[in-house]
Amino acid sequence: MTYIAKPKFHHPGLKKNELGYTHRDYEGKISTLCAGCGHDSITASIIEACYELSIEPHRVAKISGIGCSSKTPDYFLGNSHGFNSVHGRMPSVLTGANLANRDLIYLGVSGDGDSASIGFGQFAHSIRRGVNMTYIVENNGVYGLTKGQFSATADRGSKSKKGVTNTDNAIDLVAIALQLGASFVARSFSGDKSQLVPLIAAAIRHKGASFIDVISPCIAFNNHAGSTKSFDYVREHNDAVNRLDVLTGRDPITVDYAPGTVQVVEQHDGTRLALRKIDADYDANDRLAAMTFLQKHAAKGQVVTGLLYVDPDAEDLHAHLDTVETPLNTLEGKDLCPGSAALEKINASLR
Amino acid sequence: MSVQSPISSVNDFVVRFANVNGSGSASANELFARSILRHGVPVSPRNIFPSNIQGLPTWYEVRVTEAGHLGARGGVDLMVAMNPQTWDKDVASIEPGGYLFYDSTKPMPTSKFRSDITVIGVPLTAITNSTYTDPRQRQLFKNIIYLGALCALLDMDPKLIEQLIGEQYKSKEKLLSSNIHALHLGRDWALQNLKCPIGLQVKKSDKVGDRIFMEGNSAAALGAVYGGATVCAWYPITPSSSVAEAFTSHCKKLRHDPETGKAKYAIVQGEDELASIGIVIGASWNGARAFTATSGPGISLMTEFIGLSYFAEIPAVIMNIQRAGPSTGMPTRTQQCDIIACAYASHGDTKHILLFPEDPAEAFEFAAQSFDLADRLQTMIFLMLDLDIGMNHRLCRPLKWDDARQYDRGKVMTAAMLDEPGRDFGRYLDVDGDGIPYRTYPGTHPTKGSFFTRGTSRDRYARYSEEGAIYADNMQRLVRKFETAQDMVPRPLQANAAKPTKYGVIYFGSTSPAMDEAIGLLEARGHQLDRMRIRAFPFHSSVASFIADHDFVYVVEQNRDAQLRQLIVNENGIDPVRLVPILHYDGTPITARFIANAIGDHQDHLKVTPLRKAVS
Repeated sequence: MTYIAKPKFHHPGLKKNELGYTHRDYEGKISTLCAGCGHDSITASIIEACYELSIEPHRVAKISGIGCSSKTPDYFLGNSHGFNSVHGRMPSVLTGANLANRDLIYLGVSGDGDSASIGFGQFAHSIRRGVNMTYIVENNGVYGLTKGQFSATADRGSKSKKGVTNTDNAIDLVAIALQLGASFVARSFSGDKSQLVPLIAAAIRHKGASFIDVISPCIAFNNHAGSTKSFDYVREHNDAVNRLDVLTGRDPITVDYAPGTVQVVEQHDGTRLALRKIDADYDANDRLAAMTFLQKHAAKGQVVTGLLYVDPDAEDLHAHLDTVETPLNTLEGKDLCPGSAALEKINASLR
Repeated sequence: MSVQSPISSVNDFVVRFANVNGSGSASANELFARSILRHGVPVSPRNIFPSNIQGLPTWYEVRVTEAGHLGARGGVDLMVAMNPQTWDKDVASIEPGGYLFYDSTKPMPTSKFRSDITVIGVPLTAITNSTYTDPRQRQLFKNIIYLGALCALLDMDPKLIEQLIGEQYKSKEKLLSSNIHALHLGRDWALQNLKCPIGLQVKKSDKVGDRIFMEGNSAAALGAVYGGATVCAWYPITPSSSVAEAFTSHCKKLRHDPETGKAKYAIVQGEDELASIGIVIGASWNGARAFTATSGPGISLMTEFIGLSYFAEIPAVIMNIQRAGPSTGMPTRTQQCDIIACAYASHGDTKHILLFPEDPAEAFEFAAQSFDLADRLQTMIFLMLDLDIGMNHRLCRPLKWDDARQYDRGKVMTAAMLDEPGRDFGRYLDVDGDGIPYRTYPGTHPTKGSFFTRGTSRDRYARYSEEGAIYADNMQRLVRKFETAQDMVPRPLQANAAKPTKYGVIYFGSTSPAMDEAIGLLEARGHQLDRMRIRAFPFHSSVASFIADHDFVYVVEQNRDAQLRQLIVNENGIDPVRLVPILHYDGTPITARFIANAIGDHQDHLKVTPLRKAVS
C-alpha cells in the first residue's frame, strides 16, 4: 500500500554503519506485493547489503522493467532515483544511465518474464557488453501480475497451480550469463538471506556485469506441489557450492573460516571475497568448469547456488569505450562544443 | 523521324551515370560533381541506388545548374551508360537531342541506339586493358578514364580536376600520379578521336560563392556534436546509418580529451532499435544528452519507448531519416512518409515535436537545437530528414556557430536549489504555468529530490495513482506543455508572390529546392502563389492565419496520404477543402516540373469562362 506512509520514527539505539546511516535509511515504501512473497525477502537482502557496504543511499540508481519484481525498487533505497521502465527493457535503460554517469551504482531488478522472455535479448546484450551493474533476476518461474502463466524459466514437467504441465524447455539464465561472459555470476534463494546478502554486496563491489539469479517462490501462483520453484522444492534440491564473506579493505583479514577449503578472491576495488567452499572441487575462477558443474548438477535435478564464477580483473563498458573519468552528464558546453573556429575549418574542407 | 538538333546548353543540363553497384564508380562520379563546383557552377547530385552491395544497377545523377536549382529536374541530357543490364531503359530515358556516352570496345547493333540522340563511343575497356594488368586497377581506372573523356567533351578545365585529385590523395603520391595519368588517358583519347566539345559545356562562373557541399546525415551528426550529445545508441538501417557513422568520425576528431586522449562521448551499436532508444532514454534520464538515428521501421519498433518519453517526460532526440514505406517498402528511396507515425507515435494520447530541416545547413542547426528543446520541454524531439537530404551531397550555406551560445538544460533542480527554504519539489508539479515541471538528476541530494520514474499514472509528486482526476490533471498539463512548445520550435517561413494572390502553397523539408524552382515555372504560366515553409510541429499560429488569408492552399508533400495536410486539418481544425494535396510518392525526389504541372493544371481548371460570356 504505497499510499500508506511508512512511519519515520525508529529506535534511538538503532545501529549505524560507517557513514552514520541506520538500516532505516536504506528502506523504501511499504511493499504492495503479497504477504510472504519471496521478492520482499530479496528487497530485505538488498537493503542489508547496501547498509553493510555503507553506500551513500542516494548514489544508487535502481532500474527495473515491468512485473512484480520490477515494482520492488520502490520498496528499498527511498532516497535513490528509481526507474520502472518498459517490460523487458531494463538492461538498455540501465546501460544508457550508466553511460551518462559512471559514478553511480546501478542496480537492475528484473524478473523471469522480464529477462527470460520479452527481454531475453536485452539481458544477453547488456551482459556481453560488460555494463558495470548488479543485475538481479527475481525468478519465480511464473507470471504473477497476470495471475499464474508459466514463464520461460519454468522447468519442463513442472505443474502450474491450475494443474497444467509445462512442456517447454526451461531457460537457465545463469548458464546463459556464463556463456555470454558475465564477469560475476551467482545463484541464490530468496529464503537464504545468509547466502544472498554477501552475494549482493560482492556483486555491487564487482566492476563489470554482475548477474544474480535469485529463485523466489511466488506464494500466490507457484508454491504448490509439482512446482519446481516452491519453497519446499528449492530447499530440498538446493546444492550450495560455497558460502561467501565480503571483506572490505578496512576489515581485518582474519575471518571465521568454516570447515572446508577457502578461496580468497581479490576484486579491483580491494574487496576480498572469501569463499567458504562446501564443494571442495569448486573453483569460482574457472568459467568452463562452472558451466560443466552447472549442467551436471542440473541433470541430477539439483539447483546449484552460491558464487559460481567471478573474474576479478574484469573490465566494464566504459573501459571498452575509453570514456573520460568525469561523468558524461557533468560535461558542459566548454567541454563538448568544438566552437566556431573548428566549424570554419570544417566548412573550408567542404568546398 | 524528324531531325532532332543536339541539345546545346552551357552550365544547365543533367548528366546521369548508369553503373553497376560495387564497381567503384561512386568516387569518380563524385569527383565529376565536385570538379564542376570548382568551376564556380552549382551542381545538385543524387544517388539512385538499390538495396544491394554488389551487382545491381546504380545511378548517379548530376544536375549542372548555373541558376542554382538544387532540386531534381527530371530527364537526362547526357547518359553515361556503363551498365549493359539497364542499357535499354537508360537509352530510352535520354531527352530528344541528348547524348549517349558508352564503352565502344564491343560493337553494338544499331538497333540499340536512337536516331534522335548523339552517340559518343569511347573504347574504355580497350584503353584500360592495354594500360593496366591488375583487374582491380582496370575496374577503378576505367572510371577515371571516362571522367577524363567527359572533361574533354564538356570542355572542363583539367587542372581543376587534378587539383581535387591532389587534395584527395594528399599523402599518397603513387595513387595521385596514377589517377592523374588515367584522367589524361581518357581526355587525350577524346581530344584526338572525338569532336570536342559537344553541345553541353561547363564554363567557369562565380555562382557557388562560399557555399559548402555536404550530406544531410553528416550535418545532422555534426549538429549533435555541437549540441552537446554525449551518448549515441543506434542500430544500422538505411538511410540513417551514416548519421551514427558520421557522429563517430566527427567525435574522433573533435571530442577527445587533449591530455588523456579519452573519449567525451559514448557510442553503442544496439542489438536492435528497442535497445537503442532504451539506452537513449536511460542516458537522458540520467542527465546526458543522447540521441538515436533510425528510419521508418525503427520508429515502429521504438514506439513503446516513445510513449514512455512523452508520459514520464524524459528528453530524447530521434533523427528519422525517412525512406519509402510501409513495411520494408523501398529502403533506398526517399519519401516524407512518417509524419503521422512520428507526430502521434505510441499508444494512448500522445503528441510529439517534429522538426523539418530543408537541407544540411538546417539539419545541423535543428540537430543542435533539438537537444535544447528536448531538455527544455522534457520530451521526445524528432528531427525529420529524408534520404534525399540525408544521403546526397547538397550545396548549402556554410555552417555557423555562435560561441556565446549556451546550452539550455531546462528546468533541472540542483542540490543547492533543493536546500532553499520553502522550496517544494514535485517532479510533475507545474510551478510556472507553462506545463513544464522541474526534474532532478539521479544522485543529486542525499535526502531530497529523489523520485520514482514510471510509465504508470502518478500524482504531481510522482506518487503512483490511478485516481481519474489526478490522471486527467497530468494529461491536461501535458497539453499545456505542448502549447508552450509552439512558440519554441522553429517558426514557418513565409514568402509572398510578386503580385497579390488568393492562393498559397505549404511545403516542408526536402521539397524546398523543387518548390523554389516551381514558383518560377508557375509564374511563367501566369500563376502567383504565396509560400509558407513549415519547419516544425506543433504548428505556429501563423499557419492557421496563412490558410485563412487565402481562398485555398496547396500542400505539397512526398507521401500518398497527404500526411502533413491531415495533421494541419486535425490540429488546427481547418476545413479540408481549403487544403489541396499535391502528392509525389514514387520514391524519387520531387521535381519542380512535377509541382508546376500539378499546381498549374489545377489553377488552369479554375479559370472557368463565365457562363454569360460562353453563351454569347
